[in-house]
Amino acid sequence: MDTGHNIVRVSEVTRTFRLGAQMVQALKGVDLSIQSGEYLSIMGPSGSGKSTLFNMIGGLDKPSSGKVYIDEVDIAQLDAYELAWLRNRKIGYIFQTFNLIQVMTALENVTLPMIFAGMSNDESVEKGLELLGLVGLRERHAHKPNELSGGQQQRVAIARSLANTPAIILADEPTGNLDLTTGEEIIALLKHLSSERGVTVISATHDHKMLAVSDRVVWIRDGRIDKIESRDQLNISVGTISSKDA
Amino acid sequence: MARGKADSAFFDTGGKKISRQVVLPFRKSLEISIKSIRVRFFRSMITVIGLILAVAFLGFVLAGAEVASGLLHSGDPELRSVLIKSGYDLPAEPPQDGDGRVLPESVGTGAKERWIVILSLLVCTVGIVNAQLMAVTERFREIGTMKCLGALDSFVLRLFLLEAGMQGLAGAIIGAVFGAVAALLAGLFRFGAAALVWLPTGGVALAVGVAVVVGFVLSLVGVVYPAVVAARMRPVEAMRVQE
Repeated sequence: MDTGHNIVRVSEVTRTFRLGAQMVQALKGVDLSIQSGEYLSIMGPSGSGKSTLFNMIGGLDKPSSGKVYIDEVDIAQLDAYELAWLRNRKIGYIFQTFNLIQVMTALENVTLPMIFAGMSNDESVEKGLELLGLVGLRERHAHKPNELSGGQQQRVAIARSLANTPAIILADEPTGNLDLTTGEEIIALLKHLSSERGVTVISATHDHKMLAVSDRVVWIRDGRIDKIESRDQLNISVGTISSKDA
Repeated sequence: MARGKADSAFFDTGGKKISRQVVLPFRKSLEISIKSIRVRFFRSMITVIGLILAVAFLGFVLAGAEVASGLLHSGDPELRSVLIKSGYDLPAEPPQDGDGRVLPESVGTGAKERWIVILSLLVCTVGIVNAQLMAVTERFREIGTMKCLGALDSFVLRLFLLEAGMQGLAGAIIGAVFGAVAALLAGLFRFGAAALVWLPTGGVALAVGVAVVVGFVLSLVGVVYPAVVAARMRPVEAMRVQE
């Protein structure tokens, strides 16, 4: 997959939720194209519709109107098997709350998607250990999630998201539950994966540390795209943000 | 600009049917369910104890009826009077037809007893449904995560059915054996050694078997609804931050 073609395209997407008797429009018509190999951050305050957009892109939620295309295929057309296949092989998910399966060891967590993909036990164990090595946790493969620190759990989750060499990694607030240094480590790891492996990384965040590594940043405000900035435009605004903070 | 999935290299599955591309081998699902039970052993135990008690009651009643019918079919009038004294509804003399031949008779479980057993089994099933629904709620993040990793509804359904099936079988066997042993001991206590001498072993084995099957089936029936709830859960649930 050469860079430059649209791996994800969102077209006029709206999403309305029912909150009691009230209808709340979380997304009010969003158009967005994401190129293959890109490191894209979706920024916005909580309640901006950021997570909703993110879930749409990941095929986890369906738009009320409009279309989401992955590699120019409308995901509304996919049946349950195809969606499962897409989630299993093509998209790697990273969550704010890590979402490791508590009853399984680090290695078992990483190998689970490979088992779903029909890989043999030996093969998946070998690849699982390799991926844990990549995130620096090979020696801790036999530990359960509750025996690992937050940063370590998130690294296991990153290893798991890479299990079936996905084309897209979706990270929802990956640094949201981590301290500053650990958060920076995780961001560096994601950036490394994106530049080394050519994986498209799409991350919803309100962590400004993410900005420095992003190729583009999409700012969401009140259910619409406020602005899209590429990296060169970004340096200026990062400056203003930090000067504002100071 | 949009195209069908057939033209997309992205959706290329190497010519294989996509429905065969996401799998969970049976051995692996068994492994996962055993692990889940082991980790939540205490919780599983409490769920199972309800089943054990209900099945033990069923086993006790069925096996007790076998003990009584063994005594009745011994043809010993003394044992017959002991049975009548301990509350079995029998005529003082065995019924005979016009030619003086003894007619076959049986001591079954009383209607009241049957109703209590049925009620206890019903209550037990409701208990299982309740416990399993709680298990689903407790595990919705785990289920959602599995779905994000590509699990099909059927995987989730299978995991829950396997877990409940194993718990149910273990509970039903323990309960049935426990109930039958209790019935034999009670028989021994009430009727003395004669209870064991005239015991129809085949009948008792059948009673245990029936109790095991009933317990197993009930635990599966109890899990169907919770398992369907779990299987239908949308993966987006896993993304929700729990407060």
